[in-house]
Amino acid sequence: MNIDWAHFTPGTALAGGALLGLAAVLLLAFNGRIAGISGIAGGLLQRGAPGDKAWRLAFVLGLVAAPMLYQVFAALPEIVIEADWGMLAAAGLLVGFGSRYGSGCTSGHGVCGLSRLSPRSLVATLTFMATGFAAVFVVRHVLA
Amino acid sequence: MKTIVAFLVGLLFGIGLIVAGMSNPAKVLGFLDLAGAWDPSLALVMGGAVAVGLAGFTLARGRKVSLLGEPMQIPTKRGIDRPLVTGSALFGIGWGLAGICPGPALTLLGTGAPKGLVFVLAMIAGMALFPLLQRRSR
Repeated sequence: MNIDWAHFTPGTALAGGALLGLAAVLLLAFNGRIAGISGIAGGLLQRGAPGDKAWRLAFVLGLVAAPMLYQVFAALPEIVIEADWGMLAAAGLLVGFGSRYGSGCTSGHGVCGLSRLSPRSLVATLTFMATGFAAVFVVRHVLA
Repeated sequence: MKTIVAFLVGLLFGIGLIVAGMSNPAKVLGFLDLAGAWDPSLALVMGGAVAVGLAGFTLARGRKVSLLGEPMQIPTKRGIDRPLVTGSALFGIGWGLAGICPGPALTLLGTGAPKGLVFVLAMIAGMALFPLLQRRSR
């Protein structure tokens, strides 16, 4: 295996990860909810209990506002999107549908599910990581 | 109150994604590209998140209500079923094609990147298909 030491950022990776874990714990502690982004956002598109939409929308708006707040204090890190428009649209559809059908994504199954030692989330996480590795292999090393 | 908490936690989550490097799709793809120049950073993101999460979720175990008096809504499903595996597999393929999962998609939207907007619109369309499927299978 060929490790890309130039792009390896262990310090900020651990610190950012810890913030994600903290956010998940805070949402559970105060609101009794799992911080799964696909579930929170997806719930906005479904009929739910009355009064269930406001907190979901607020959470989503917080995520959208994050880069704006970050920019007040520091320049945003570089953002590079390699996928072309067609690929992005296909990827978005798969991410949206797949995460709802599979009951979670990197946050709900990955961060929260693994934190509560859920076997379902472990299976989900191993599955989406495996197909993620496979998709990148095909795009970068087979098709390219 | 729970709406304000949700906004602040969303904000904190987004900042965490930016600090961790997950708001940059190229960095995510660098992690998913095992056969190329592999950037292991994201494994540490997950490690840091689960280390904090494990402590918090363990402390919260067994509680019936949250600090704000809300019911604790923890998933109760146990079995490994076909939707879990199929859905996760499809999600992973999409994640690998663009290097974007739902959280970073929303922070990307906030940077004003046009490609972020296209991804989010497609993601919303994909999410909206799910309740339609549920209704048909009933």
